[in-house]
Amino acid sequence: MRLEVGNILINDIQFGDRTEVKAGVLFVNREELAQVTGDDDRIASVEIYLAKPGEEIRIIPVKDVIEPRIKVSGKGGIFPGLISKVDTVGEGRTHVLKGAAVVTTGRIVGFQEGLIDMAGPGAEYTPFSKTMNVVLKVEPAEGLHQHEHERVVRLAGLRAAEYLGRAGQSVEPDSVEVYETKPLLEQVKEYPDLPKVVYVYMLITQGLLHDTYFYGVDAKQIIPTFVYPTEVMDGAVVSGNCVSACDKNLTYIHQNNPVIQDLYERHGKDLNFIGCVITNENVTLADKERSSNMTAKLVEFLGADGAIISEEGFGNPDTDMIMNCYKIEEKGIKTVLITDEYAGRDGASQSLADSTEKGDAVVSTGNANEIIKLPPMKTVIGYPEATDIIAGGSDGSLGEDGSITAEIQIIIGSTNELGYGLLTAKGR
Amino acid sequence: MTIRIVHYINQFFAGIGGEEKADHRPEVREGAVGPGIAFQQAFGEEAEIVATVICGDTYFNENIAAATDEVIGMMENYRPDLVICGPAFNAGRYGIACGAVAEAVVDRLVIPAVSGMYPENPGVDMYKKAVYIIETSNSAAGMRKAVAPMVRLALKLARGEKTGSPEEEGYIPRGIRQNQFAAERGSKRAVEMLLKKLKGEEYTTEYQMPVFDRVTPGAAVKDIKKAKIALVSSGGPVPKGNPDRIESSSASKFGRYSLQGIDDLNPENSETAHGGYDPVYANEDLDRVLPVDVLKEMEKAGEIGSLHEYWYATVGNGTSVANARRFAVEIVKELTAAGVDAVILTST
Amino acid sequence: MVHMCTVVPISLTVGANRIVPAVAIPHPLGNPSLNRDDEKKLRRKLVEKALNALQTEVSGQTVFE
Repeated sequence: MRLEVGNILINDIQFGDRTEVKAGVLFVNREELAQVTGDDDRIASVEIYLAKPGEEIRIIPVKDVIEPRIKVSGKGGIFPGLISKVDTVGEGRTHVLKGAAVVTTGRIVGFQEGLIDMAGPGAEYTPFSKTMNVVLKVEPAEGLHQHEHERVVRLAGLRAAEYLGRAGQSVEPDSVEVYETKPLLEQVKEYPDLPKVVYVYMLITQGLLHDTYFYGVDAKQIIPTFVYPTEVMDGAVVSGNCVSACDKNLTYIHQNNPVIQDLYERHGKDLNFIGCVITNENVTLADKERSSNMTAKLVEFLGADGAIISEEGFGNPDTDMIMNCYKIEEKGIKTVLITDEYAGRDGASQSLADSTEKGDAVVSTGNANEIIKLPPMKTVIGYPEATDIIAGGSDGSLGEDGSITAEIQIIIGSTNELGYGLLTAKGR
Repeated sequence: MTIRIVHYINQFFAGIGGEEKADHRPEVREGAVGPGIAFQQAFGEEAEIVATVICGDTYFNENIAAATDEVIGMMENYRPDLVICGPAFNAGRYGIACGAVAEAVVDRLVIPAVSGMYPENPGVDMYKKAVYIIETSNSAAGMRKAVAPMVRLALKLARGEKTGSPEEEGYIPRGIRQNQFAAERGSKRAVEMLLKKLKGEEYTTEYQMPVFDRVTPGAAVKDIKKAKIALVSSGGPVPKGNPDRIESSSASKFGRYSLQGIDDLNPENSETAHGGYDPVYANEDLDRVLPVDVLKEMEKAGEIGSLHEYWYATVGNGTSVANARRFAVEIVKELTAAGVDAVILTST
Repeated sequence: MVHMCTVVPISLTVGANRIVPAVAIPHPLGNPSLNRDDEKKLRRKLVEKALNALQTEVSGQTVFE
């Protein structure tokens, strides 16, 4: 598959009469966007806000962050199986409003959503303090069952991202990147002397607020399978989860998967990037065994010399990661794991719940239990009282003055396990 | 202002005697004693060893609590800014004493402490998390080499300066994880690590796989029909409303809840506090996490001796091993006092 | 003590000595796809296994399937 990604650089967002991109500014017609976002009778209301880098704004709780994109040519549309038909994507040309993001927020569905601070110490820990954010506060109709509430908000965000992405359809991008992965035998032939690398892309699939979607299918139900890296760039993988805000893979991060980006960076130079194997993290032992068995089998079948394995989540998913690791290593294929740590507030506890001595190459994206003190923000979009019960917060986390003392677990993307950020942990 | 240091040493280094004087009770002397003199020289004008506390290794190890109290009491009088213990090299009892004193200094006097030990000294594993232990050779012949790094680290700590990595400062890795921002993002570091690994080149893992301790299996219950069984869970089952506000992740506490008048858990009397799994099924019927209904039936039918009147719960989601261990110690104390014979622990 | 849990590998890693595999993470002692009676029967079977494990002498980590 060959995909051209046209990046249209957005350096400001403003409300305007028409939704359009002009000289790097995304203008948003508020009413139209609200209409598109709220196009679902299970939604009671939609409020729209803008949050820019450096502004003293806190968005809490955050359900998802999505990058506005649009398919310009090639089969299918963005987010196949959810808001576009199920055509296979990843080819042709896609435009991206680079620097813009849609953020969804609303009444808390469960315990796990997190926050984004656009300024202050918390801003350093999330990538979305640096994006121009269109924030959608989506209020569901009364009486919605939790699973439906989640789905309604998820789809609303995707609709909004596509609507905004559409503004970039006919705009000449500032840069065009070309990504290409050939069918296996051709790909191997193209760089016969370079080590073959497969990316094992683990997706959390554990139920309400812990799910992921692949072409609209609940990934709990998939068997590990091969995916061209470019399919992911067109939204084939969508987030339905917030396992804890720190290591949740938001849809934006899937769209911009840094492992895929960085493997392509070296593709044809030091390595031959064969493609991705997506796998899940289910809640029964049999499923964990089955998925890791099949992942290892597929990775070997693809002829990999090495594999990067990224985890999503922590706790029982550590077992999925450990199984993937030793089963792939047992086949003589070298692995590198990317994971975050839960070493306790003092950093002195074991960081993982499971272990294998074959896990000798690990990249750490930081200890999620470290405490941070966030100052109050002038504006809070969403529901600040969520802080006390959010994962990483505790009774009393929210100060009377609006400050927050909690673990970095509470900050969206702070310990992202695709390695999107710079945070790591060192042994002391 | 000169930094005030108190030095802790044993009877041997104080010149009092060898093994035969290991029962020497704590005493304090003004200024530097024995190896303290070398330390004082190295400190120069920067710091002053205002007092030395001496204790026999046997006395200390056989009376750890009392000896620690006495030693800390003596140290307090001198208002130290920092305490140096040892170095103990490979002497086990001395290492344990140094570690215990240093830990108490950090906890109770709330000032830094530095020690020095050979990595195999049992005091290392016991105290490395609480205290900085400079790596030394295995005998007193290494005293001169130990002084410099101990002094350097002590001055940094006393001044509140940031400490470097174990390699930079010369201390034995404490097994503590500390966050920092790297120069490159994690995915890039992963690609580079894989390339090195594929080429057979040296690389350094950013995290070493954890090791967990083991316990000896408890004896089997002889007669279950006479046994008192207690229910404990890390799945977060709590009374409706989560009255103790146990956190949905990274729990800082556990709860103890009465089963009086409860034969069955249901959405009226209970819920889950755990934020790491889909709560829908547990909230519909919490017996799916804590099997109260079945155990109450078994109790009535005489299949077990009795079900303990309390259940214990915490949330295992992202909760540190250290906290979990702390909860367990307290829970076991209560269960033992209540005459419980066995525990069914459920997890999600 | 007997540990009733789904992710047996974690229980083994952290050192439990008597382990009874449970149904699934969100409902270790239940199965929402069964009717209430069958679910209770399933729960009872698991608890009986746990009680049996408590009465069994073990010399090391043991999973009671």
